[in-house]
Amino acid sequence: MLNLARFHGGLHLPNNKELSNQAPLRQASIPKKLVYPLMQRQGVTVDPKIQVGERVLRGQVIAYSDHPLATPVHAASSGVIEAIEERLIPHPSGMADLCIVIATDGLDESLVTQGVADFRSQDPASIRTAIKNAGIVGLGGAAFPTSIKLNPGPQRKLDTLLLNGAECEPYITCDDCLMQNQPESVLVGAQILLHSLHIERCIVAIEDHMKRAYARLTQVVAALNDPRIIVVQVPAIYPTGGEKQLIKVVTGKETPSGGIPADIGVLCVNVGTASAVYDAVCNGKPLTERVITVTGRGVKEPQNRYVRIGTPISELIEQCGGYTEHVERLIMGGPMMGFALPDDEIAVVKATNCILAGTAADINTGKQAMPCIRCGDCAKACPVDLLPQQLYWHSRAGNLDKCKEFSLFDCIECGCCEVVCPSHIPLVQYYRSAKSKVIAKAKEAEKAAVAKRRHDMHLERKAKEQAEKAERARLKKEALAKVKQANAEKEGVTQ
Amino acid sequence: MKFSTALSPHVQPVNSVTRVMFEVIVALVPGVIALVWFFGLGVLINVVLAVITALMAESLVLLVRGRPVWVSLKDLSAVVTAVLLAISLPAIAPWWVTVTGILFAIVIAKHLYGGLGYNPFNPAMVGYVFLLVSFPLPMTSWPAVAGLGTMTLNFQDIAQLIFFERIPENADYDALTMATPLDALKTQLSLQKTVLEAQSGAVFGYLAGKGWEWVSLAYLLGGLWLMVRKIINWHIPVGLILGISVISGICYLIDAQLYAPPVFHLFAGATMLGAFFIATDPVTAATTVKGRLIYGMMIGVLVYIIRVWGGYPDAVAFSVLLANLAAPALDYFTKPRVFGHRA
Ligand code: SF4
Ligand code: SF4
Repeated sequence: MLNLARFHGGLHLPNNKELSNQAPLRQASIPKKLVYPLMQRQGVTVDPKIQVGERVLRGQVIAYSDHPLATPVHAASSGVIEAIEERLIPHPSGMADLCIVIATDGLDESLVTQGVADFRSQDPASIRTAIKNAGIVGLGGAAFPTSIKLNPGPQRKLDTLLLNGAECEPYITCDDCLMQNQPESVLVGAQILLHSLHIERCIVAIEDHMKRAYARLTQVVAALNDPRIIVVQVPAIYPTGGEKQLIKVVTGKETPSGGIPADIGVLCVNVGTASAVYDAVCNGKPLTERVITVTGRGVKEPQNRYVRIGTPISELIEQCGGYTEHVERLIMGGPMMGFALPDDEIAVVKATNCILAGTAADINTGKQAMPCIRCGDCAKACPVDLLPQQLYWHSRAGNLDKCKEFSLFDCIECGCCEVVCPSHIPLVQYYRSAKSKVIAKAKEAEKAAVAKRRHDMHLERKAKEQAEKAERARLKKEALAKVKQANAEKEGVTQ
Repeated sequence: MKFSTALSPHVQPVNSVTRVMFEVIVALVPGVIALVWFFGLGVLINVVLAVITALMAESLVLLVRGRPVWVSLKDLSAVVTAVLLAISLPAIAPWWVTVTGILFAIVIAKHLYGGLGYNPFNPAMVGYVFLLVSFPLPMTSWPAVAGLGTMTLNFQDIAQLIFFERIPENADYDALTMATPLDALKTQLSLQKTVLEAQSGAVFGYLAGKGWEWVSLAYLLGGLWLMVRKIINWHIPVGLILGISVISGICYLIDAQLYAPPVFHLFAGATMLGAFFIATDPVTAATTVKGRLIYGMMIGVLVYIIRVWGGYPDAVAFSVLLANLAAPALDYFTKPRVFGHRA
């Protein structure tokens, strides 16, 4: 058994998981349209590799870029490229951007692909390539390209693979459901990762209320007869599913501020990601679908479904019986860290783990904020051991240096402080805006530095030119003087 | 379909200022009952008078400041201030003492510094100290503990005393009032008596004085309930009790003739009220865990020092105000180590 540690703070939240973890995992039907944003994350955009009007097959790459943080986009079903146009994309700011739109034809024809029979015969580099080509990103919500994570560089020595199945956000059950229904693909995925990383230890961490997933996983581990893998149940304290928090709980180690888990020898991967790795390596299947929880009291039949990435949420909701009349807010992700969507025509992306249709009774509809009474409850709840109240104070005053002194950038925006604040202060908003101000300021400073450098160089060049000109003039003058002198001497001689 | 958006977190807040304040008021009920039991119905008159004055003063100031009135009244913070001050006053204090004290607490100590959340000093204690230094006589005239006085007062007598300062016929003021145990001890010690001799006097009960010890126990009960309800943390009360116990214990060990035992200091005067209800006022206390422990201990030690060597018999109010001054510094020097940062 593993000795579990614990992190400071955190919250026991009512989790509402029973809404969606009872129904069986089902396949969602092919939507009429599939929509793929070209922007993958801040500053990373992929280029369309198809023409409007072209027919594509399931599994075909439709967009790609050479950017190191970009992953290829594959069509999730066969159909015709209908448009490349601006549409609302899933983004906290509710922005629109270019998207590829496929009108599906219902035939669902796939490219013929093949996996490898035995992953153990593959070298790590080719496994990484397979993962990269399959377009796999972290399915826990951060959507960071997995192939990059698998290559932490020679100076970092990994010793532990941590499979994150601690779905700590209330309502979300997609990982739980996946582990119950497909424990093999998750665990073989883990074996592939162990193989490609040359490490000997894998911990699968799930929350202690996932009894069925635990039973299934331990059963399969026993059948695989792989002593490298252990399954542990961790206490359900939000945000245990946060990467750094989970690592602390199972290994007792803290990821250094500003560092990554690999710095302390850990690679943390979501269980869904491991399953996708299995599909990519053993079946040659790119990432075109994932399990998504559709839940909340705002939808009639909450459940988990295998959903094709690119499916508009409206179609997904329809397949789950439609909205109830009390639906108030549509959230992508969990209620603690997810973001509210302005419109259900937005399509799911690889990072979408949950669509939550909340009713007014369940969600925070905005309470009147009162002055901070310095109760310190926020500090008690903060899993990072920050002083949220001081951060609030300084970010409100626009005192960015003080914010940095109080470790603003260590804030993971988990929302614990805000949920416990008796004064209902929108604390996380203040931190977000302070962070963006600091970043904007840094960018500006950088810009100014570049401009100054340019200006300095310009001055230098000018000075140099002038010096050269002066030098030339001097030389010319000297030469002239010499000539004159020579002439004079000559004249002197002749006289 | 279109939806309105909002930023995360989307879950309902789990607490509110109103609830916190309300629970504090509820937790004070046993203490108030004990006070009424031993010192008469004047306590209730004080409380009602204080609450009405506080709500009116709060409304008026908010109107003048152009702030929404109802939202702030609803937070009940003014009510808590009023009750805390009212139960610290002698149960027969004239009405104008109560009213002046509340006005000073709400208008000057609270709103002049920016209102709820911004005041550096505990408003109730500012009000108390203001009264104590301005009107020492009515502030130290406690009615005799029930059963110890030479006469019992009915409600009418008390109301007459409070509103018209009219003493009941065939009674004199001295017969109505009585020194508190802390007062009595101080006087006796100054008369070269020993602690033991002093404690044989009628005002001293089992722990710390007839009546007073029960009131303290009632506050302790309410305080423990607040801890169970997670309205207050244990750090400040425990720190305070520890502080006062340690210093009084040391002195007691050195000379038991001269210094009262720790249990006396814990259950006499306003120690328990201070530990659980006054020092724990979040607005004016330290906020970090370590800071709160130190803050509590500081108050405990100060209470003892002022009681024993200072000019006032009870010292909770002064000690809290002095510690209020130190709270920002305590917070600054007790910042916790942030996750992932080296110690
Ligand atoms: S929880 Fe809210 S009221 Fe309490 S200290 Fe933190 S910010 Fe202030
Ligand atoms: S949002 Fe930031 S400050 Fe608030 S509890 Fe989470 S990490 Fe701490």
